[in-house]
Amino acid sequence: MNDKKVTYLEAIGQAIREEMLRDEAVFLLGEDVGAYGGAFKVSAGLQNEFGVDRVIDTPMSEAAIIGSAVGSALMGMRPIAEMQFIDFITCGFDQIINMASKMYWRAGMPVSMVIRGPSGGGTKGGPFHSSSPEAWFFHSPGMKVVVPSTTYDAKGMLKAAIRDNNPVLYLEHKLLYRMPELREELPTDDYIVPLGKAIVRREGEDMTILTYGAMVHQCLKAARILEEADDLEVEVLDLRSLAPLDRETIQESVKRTNKVLIVHEDTLTGGIGAELSAILAQDLFEYLDGPITRVAAPDVPFPYAPQLEAAFLPDADKILVAARELAAY
Amino acid sequence: MELERANLLQIYRFMRLTRVMEDRIRTLFLQGRIVGGVYTAQGHEATTVGAAMTLHDGDCIVPQHRDLGMHIVRGVSPRSIMCQWLARGNSPTLGRDGQMHIGDMHAGVVPMISMLGASLPVACGVALTMKMRKRSNVALASCGDGATNTGSFHEALNFASSQKLPLVFVIENNGYAYSTPTSKQFAIQNLADRALAYGMPGQSVDGNDVFAVIEAVGKAVERARNGQGPSLVECKTFRVRGHSEADKADYVPAELRAEWLAKDPIQRFADYLFRYDILTENINAKIEAEIKAIINDAVNFAEHSPAPDGATVSDYVYAPNGPIAIVGEPDADNPQYINAFDSRTGQPFSIVDKAEEAVGRR
Repeated sequence: MNDKKVTYLEAIGQAIREEMLRDEAVFLLGEDVGAYGGAFKVSAGLQNEFGVDRVIDTPMSEAAIIGSAVGSALMGMRPIAEMQFIDFITCGFDQIINMASKMYWRAGMPVSMVIRGPSGGGTKGGPFHSSSPEAWFFHSPGMKVVVPSTTYDAKGMLKAAIRDNNPVLYLEHKLLYRMPELREELPTDDYIVPLGKAIVRREGEDMTILTYGAMVHQCLKAARILEEADDLEVEVLDLRSLAPLDRETIQESVKRTNKVLIVHEDTLTGGIGAELSAILAQDLFEYLDGPITRVAAPDVPFPYAPQLEAAFLPDADKILVAARELAAY
Repeated sequence: MELERANLLQIYRFMRLTRVMEDRIRTLFLQGRIVGGVYTAQGHEATTVGAAMTLHDGDCIVPQHRDLGMHIVRGVSPRSIMCQWLARGNSPTLGRDGQMHIGDMHAGVVPMISMLGASLPVACGVALTMKMRKRSNVALASCGDGATNTGSFHEALNFASSQKLPLVFVIENNGYAYSTPTSKQFAIQNLADRALAYGMPGQSVDGNDVFAVIEAVGKAVERARNGQGPSLVECKTFRVRGHSEADKADYVPAELRAEWLAKDPIQRFADYLFRYDILTENINAKIEAEIKAIINDAVNFAEHSPAPDGATVSDYVYAPNGPIAIVGEPDADNPQYINAFDSRTGQPFSIVDKAEEAVGRR
């Protein structure tokens, strides 16, 4: 293994560290983030380097963590609030929805903060350690919601999020944290990945798959199989940023392929795919040669047992079934 | 805190200005000129004015809906307040929010939201920043008896205490959360007792006695300023009117209301001032005339201010990116910083009197 390669998780830690070095207004707060280095060790070593005042171990109090981040952001700081598991963000919901996201619109004062944490399933985490909460916040004007799928993006988007003057929800998929295939050598120079820009991960002319997060990798796997077994060229578009949404890149792709499959790990109803479908139906109706098709988790809580989790989570096999049906339409 | 004669008159003036302004706000509501809900705080003036009097420049208030008195002490402009109540396009929220939901971090005022108690964790962040930046400033956050039952209240007190933040929590216990009396809200006699659970000093005082409020809050502020951490002060007062002006509050026993009306904090303070010849009929008449002129000016100004343009409703959802100043530090008003001014309008934040000239309100 090349020693210069880093994991998705290490890239997140690097982004936090480099931003803390670059700007003294940046600090991290959350449960067990200090000496312990965080439940997943994202912040390992940071408290040693920056001290207890800039890497703050908090009580188990999500409203206080997020609320404190809002208050310090109003003072001009750039807090990074960690949710130990992103599921716990519900305990701080009010601070995000009513306090942070509406502040600039109503009071003209920027809330320059990041809320980040491990989301997503596939780790036998059960109903309370596996969720994908993006749709709640996607529906909240004033929030930015980003979901990096690669190591390069994990670092570049977190840096962009920290420098952003708005509340940014940064969802890191825990399944990607140490995935060997995602290890990557990153540029040594400072770089950011601008928020609000989607990226085509694989080009194709027969169909566009709109996806994000860990599902990008399931979609790429399915696309390779479709090429080999079905002679289909599937374009995989990684949205990366859900809010703001890169409508331009989506439209450009769908206008070429004329068929759209939307894939997300979150449950179906009222999910990101619902809004994407509506946008496509309204803006690109005449370009579509088949029904806008969604692959998502069923409308049930996230289950625990491996058999149930497998039945729940979208994967390459489920994507293949839907893609073949759409291709044949 | 040493209280000079002039200072006492200033306190009295602030309390009267608060009362008279709220009376006028109520009239505007009854006349149909204020379209949304109106929440006033007759009887709270000793608490709100007294508590805010203990602060210095660079300190920050984190007020709630019955804290007009705190705003007045901190220099928030009556014109701004009236523009806000009348939902004008030049109000601090550009007509996007109502009531006392206004703020300006440079003036040390955090804008509240309607989820009472939700501002307390935000106050922790303000105080945390003061501590991290090694300032000798203090944040003062208030809430009602109702909000002490929220999780945010308890999380904030615990967080502030465990982080030893320069923060003072003031509870304005006015007997009712909307229609629910304190006896149905909690099983303790003194809300200050809750401080014990968080390892901070707690004190209950007569919230209608401005001297008692200033002494207790002043002590807590000094303690916070000296780096000794947060305190809790419960000011016991009473909500002699309804939760909002739409609430007749007939659930409040008449004799209880009468008892508290007789304990009116402004009358009580005026009696004291007259007794010691600090306030005279002449001075009083001058103060009342001044207050009347200020309020007439504010209402007149607001009524002649433009309504917001409906076409702007979708503007400024996101703040622009760029450098951010740390509020209260040298150069924080340098226009290179996105938060040095209101980047929605390109003008300085202007809720305080002294800033009004800059935006052409004076």
